[in-house]
Amino acid sequence: MASASLVAESDKEIQGRSLSQIAWRRLRKDKVALAGGFFIVFLIVVAIFAPLITHITGGPPNEYHSDLVDPALGPYGTFGGISWQHPMGVEPITGRDIFSRVLYGARISLLIALLATAVSVIIGTVVGITSGFFGGWVDAILSRIMDMFLAFPVLVFAIALAGVFPEKAFGLSGTPLKLTLLIFVIGFFSWPYIGRIVRGQTISLREREYVEAARSLGAKRPYILRTEILPNLMAPILVYATLIIPTNILFEAALSFLGVGLPPPTATWGGMLSDAVIYYTLPHFMFWPGLAIFATVMAFNLFGDGLRDAFDPRSGR
Amino acid sequence: MTTPSTETTAPRHAADEEPLLKVEGLVKHFPIGGGFLSKSTSAVQAVDGVDFEVRKGETFSIVGESGCGKSTTARLVTRLLEPTSGRVTFDGTDISHLSDAKMRPMRRDIQMIFQDPYSSLNPRHTVGKIVGAPFKLQGVDPEGGRRKAVQELLKTVGLNPEHYNRYPHEFSGGQRQRIGIARTLALKPKLIVADEPVSALDVSIQAQVVNLLEDLQEELDLTYVMIAHDLSVVRHVSDRVAVMYLGKIVEIGERDDLYDRPRHPYTVAMLSAVPVPDTKRRENRERIRLVGDVPSPINPPPACRFHTRCWKAQEICRTEEPPLLQITSGPAVTGPGHTVACHFPVEPGELAEKT
Repeated sequence: MASASLVAESDKEIQGRSLSQIAWRRLRKDKVALAGGFFIVFLIVVAIFAPLITHITGGPPNEYHSDLVDPALGPYGTFGGISWQHPMGVEPITGRDIFSRVLYGARISLLIALLATAVSVIIGTVVGITSGFFGGWVDAILSRIMDMFLAFPVLVFAIALAGVFPEKAFGLSGTPLKLTLLIFVIGFFSWPYIGRIVRGQTISLREREYVEAARSLGAKRPYILRTEILPNLMAPILVYATLIIPTNILFEAALSFLGVGLPPPTATWGGMLSDAVIYYTLPHFMFWPGLAIFATVMAFNLFGDGLRDAFDPRSGR
Repeated sequence: MTTPSTETTAPRHAADEEPLLKVEGLVKHFPIGGGFLSKSTSAVQAVDGVDFEVRKGETFSIVGESGCGKSTTARLVTRLLEPTSGRVTFDGTDISHLSDAKMRPMRRDIQMIFQDPYSSLNPRHTVGKIVGAPFKLQGVDPEGGRRKAVQELLKTVGLNPEHYNRYPHEFSGGQRQRIGIARTLALKPKLIVADEPVSALDVSIQAQVVNLLEDLQEELDLTYVMIAHDLSVVRHVSDRVAVMYLGKIVEIGERDDLYDRPRHPYTVAMLSAVPVPDTKRRENRERIRLVGDVPSPINPPPACRFHTRCWKAQEICRTEEPPLLQITSGPAVTGPGHTVACHFPVEPGELAEKT
C-alpha cells in the first residue's frame, strides 16, 4: 500500500504505537532479560573479534606452549597456569591457551546454533503454517511427520551419520563439510518444535474474524497467509527461536563431546570438555568451557523468557 | 381450535422490482468428526431449509437464540461458506456455488460487519491499512488516492482521520466497530450483512453504532441484513424481521406485525422474555418460560422443531412439519407478508385470557 511512503507528507500525523513497540518497551524494563541480552551481544562481539583479542593475550588457539607445562604434573603456576598472558590458564601437555580456545569455541557454538536454528525456523514455519492453515489431510500427514521427527533417536542417528559420511561431499571437505553437516543435522531435527507451535497458532489465527473479513473482501490465500497470519506469528517464532538456540548449543556441545563434532584441533566447547575428562585432577581445565556453555545457555534462556513475557504479558508469572 | 386454512402468500410488492437478495431452501450441514481415516457419519444441521427475500433499501433482521443458525445464514449469504444445498440469488445472479475467482468481483457489492470488534481487526495492521485493504484487494483506485479515501471513510463513520496510523488496540470497542464499518463501506456495497454488529458493545455505545448504521443507510442507499438476538435493537432498526429456531425460520413479518401480533409460540415466548422497564405494564403481562434446552442440531426433533418445548404442541406437531405460510382465516389471521410455520398459531388475546 502507498500509505508508508505518504506518512512523511502529512504534518498533522498521529503516530500509533505498534504491538512490537509496546513489547520492546516492556522488555526494556525487564532487567534479567536485558542482562541475558547484553551477555549474548557481548558474546557475539567477542566471538567476531576473537582473532584480535587473542592477538593481545595468549595467541592463537592451536599454538603450543610446552615451556609452560610440566609434562607429568600439568601447567606451572596456580589454577592451571593463570597469568596475564593466559587469563584462563593453559592446557596440560600441549600448553594451548584456554582463553583463546574458549573464544574460538564460542565462534563455532554460536555459528552452528544460530544457523541450525535458522534452518529449523524456516522448515518449521513453512510446515507449521501449511499444516495449520490448510487442515484436513494435509494437516494429518504433516502432523504425523512432525511426530515421527520428535520420536527419532537424533543422537544415535547423528553419531551413525558422522561415521558413514564421506570425506568429500557437495563440493566440500574437511571442517566446512562437517560444519554444514552439523548445522543441517541439528536444524533438521529441531524444526518440529517450531512447527508445532506455528501450527497451533495458525489454527487459532485462521478462525479470527479479520481473516474472514479479508476473505469477504475477496483476498486470496497467499494474501491471507502473508498479510493477515504471518505478522501475527512473528512474535511466537522469535520467542521460540531464542529458546531453541540454547538447546542447539547444548546439542552441538554434546556431539563434540562424543567426538562426532568438528575434528580436532578445532576448538569447541564440547571438545574441550571431552579432552578435560582425562585430566580430572586438574578441574580448571573443565571449568572454563563448562562455564562458557552454562553462561551462554542461561543467557539465551533468560532472554527468551523475557521476550515471551514482553510479547504476551499474560503468560508465565 | 381448528387448524387454520392456509394459502401461499401473495407477493406483497408484486409491482416492485426483483428482490436484491433471494434465499431459497438454503441448507448448511457441517459434518462431525471424520478425519484422516474415518468417515463422518452425522452432521450439525446448522441451517436446514431457509427461504427469505430482502428488498432493496430495507433492513431485514434475523433473530433467534444462540446456535439457531443465524450466523451461519449470514456467512452463507456472504459466501464465506458454501451452502450444502439451496440457492442464494443476489441482484439476479445465483451466487450459491460460484468459485472464489467468480465470487471476487461480486464481493464489492456484498459486505459484512462482524460481531467482535476485538477479533475483526488485525492487531498488526494500522487503521489505514485495515480500512484501505478493500481498495488493495479489489484493485480499486479511488479518486484522490487511497489514503484520502480512507480518511474520508473514517470521517464518515465519525472517527478522527488523523488516526490513520494508529493500531486497533489503541481504540475502544465502539471505535473499533466504527473502523470495521468504515472497511465495509469502502467499496460502496449494495448489501451489508451485519452479524450481531452491536452485541459485543456496551449498551451506551450500542445506540451510537445503531444510529450510525441507520444514518449510513439513508445516506448511501444501503440494504441491511441484520443478525441479532437483542429484540429491542431489532425493533428499532428493522423493517422486516425473521425469527429462527434450530436452523429454520418459524415466522417472518413486517416489524410491527411481528412485534404486536406474534403468531408463532416461539416468537411469543421470546417477546415475553424482553425485560419491560415500566412496572405498570409489567403487571399486565405474562411471561412465558420455556422449559428445557434447545435440542441438539445434530439430531433435531422431527416435524415442527419447536414441539419439544411448546405448550401448545399436539400429535400433529410431531408428525407433520408446518409450512411457513400466511394465515388467511381463523382468529389468528395474519396480514399480508406475515408468514408463520405453526399448526396452532397463537390467537390474539389468548395469553391475556390465561392470566
